[in-house]
Amino acid sequence: MKPRYSIFSLARNAMNYHKDWERAWRSPTPKAEYDAVIVGAGGHGLATAYYLAKNHKMTNIAVVEKGWLGGGNTGRNTTIIRSNYLQDASIAIYELARSLYEGLSQELNYNVMFSPRGVLMLCQTQHELRAFQRTAHANRLAGLDCRMISPAEVKELVPIINDDPKCRYPILGAYYQPRGGTGRHDAVAWGYARGADEMGVDIIQNCEVTGIMRDGGKVTGLQTTRGEIKTKKIGVVTAGHVSTIMDMAGVRMPIESLCLQALVSEPIKPVIDCVVMANTVHGYMSQSDKGELVIGGGTDPYNNYSQRGSFPALEHTITALIETFPIISRLRMLRQWGGIVDMTGDRSPILSKTPVDGLFVNCGWGTGGFKAIPGSGWVFADTMANDRPHPIAEPFSLNRFTEGRLIDESVAAAVAH
Amino acid sequence: MLLVTCPVCGAEGDETDFHGGGQAHVTRPATSDPENITDQQQRDYLFIRHNPKGLHFERWRCDRGCGKWFHAARDTATLEFKAFYGITELPPAELIAQAKGPWADYFAQRAQETKKSK
Repeated sequence: MKPRYSIFSLARNAMNYHKDWERAWRSPTPKAEYDAVIVGAGGHGLATAYYLAKNHKMTNIAVVEKGWLGGGNTGRNTTIIRSNYLQDASIAIYELARSLYEGLSQELNYNVMFSPRGVLMLCQTQHELRAFQRTAHANRLAGLDCRMISPAEVKELVPIINDDPKCRYPILGAYYQPRGGTGRHDAVAWGYARGADEMGVDIIQNCEVTGIMRDGGKVTGLQTTRGEIKTKKIGVVTAGHVSTIMDMAGVRMPIESLCLQALVSEPIKPVIDCVVMANTVHGYMSQSDKGELVIGGGTDPYNNYSQRGSFPALEHTITALIETFPIISRLRMLRQWGGIVDMTGDRSPILSKTPVDGLFVNCGWGTGGFKAIPGSGWVFADTMANDRPHPIAEPFSLNRFTEGRLIDESVAAAVAH
Repeated sequence: MLLVTCPVCGAEGDETDFHGGGQAHVTRPATSDPENITDQQQRDYLFIRHNPKGLHFERWRCDRGCGKWFHAARDTATLEFKAFYGITELPPAELIAQAKGPWADYFAQRAQETKKSK
């Protein structure tokens, strides 16, 4: 049993100049066989492993990761957490995730810094205003705590916003989810990893999957750069690289991998204490606890595995945000990066069994996966453990593309994808 | 920044002068045989995409030049363009030979169909 983190452990370790902190997770060598293997140690994969061990008592499992844990999109997003989607199926899974975030620091004994600071989605055209009014009604029917607010209320919540009614995209109102906010993205991965490791889950980093072994219609194991691992259940949770892994099993995916960029400014004094998404002009912004403005926008418009975006996409985002927040025009940007996002045709995720027995897939979160990590892990673990879709995961099956039963969030999305 | 050359009018420019149109060589099955399309075929046409890490074939449009659609071969890991070719053409033979996974399957199938029709 690992010692718990607390104010007392902090004080005790301070006495020793912080030299005696235990490792948060082991670095085990892979065993020959596991009951289940998760491919991909990002937030979704680690949460799946954590809930498999915690809720379903499956502790003889492993998470394999080609790089380091949390090094993909989990460490590259803009940490926004909200659940105000249009469709009922989406509301169910994103709200499960958002509500799990509320108690996650206590659950994991790891401070994920969930900060329900409120998320505003600006309405800058009449069309957008009406679309969000529609979403607001759908969300209230589903019991979400969200509401439309007036331009005056927007200005009160975000004093730095440009409220000139004559500008090209004036603020006509906003759709407000006060219980949305931000979290510490790395800590979510680290917390789940530490919790899963404590229950006996092997997290194997620097271990790239090179093949999926099959016996007829069912999986028998994985080939990796660290040898063969036998298992009867594989959960593929590899976001932008999901097509490359699923190609190994011969399962074709409705996914395209694009680059989504984000950037942070130099740290400044607090100027904005909520998250603002300006969807018509393609930009969103919040301020981190360090004072950096965290900025994101739309994807680069072509397939890309390089984790490098191009300048025009960034320029587009910056242009939009300077129009919305004129005071940031002279800020210098500190860092800029890209992550490879897995886009589906309807911009909703895939949590599904596959035509191959024992092969499960959790992907397609596209530009908005961070907010869903706890809920996605919860229902995907249940799906894998019981070999049938969890009721919340059921609408997100791969079959929906054959049946035409799409969960269309592309039109209702926060940012044009 | 991607640098693109239009094989139709010869215009050169960066990615903002052109428009990426996604995967190339997608054929609509309902065009040739509208009565016997399965749900699976329609799904493949609408949603399933080749998404390789490496050599990829896609459509681009010459937005600020001649306005024509054309094809390009590009490496999605290095972002390097390998060839630009016409909208009715197949990629150069040496690139077809380098294609892997679903793309290799696709070109093999195309070659077989051509042989049959001859």
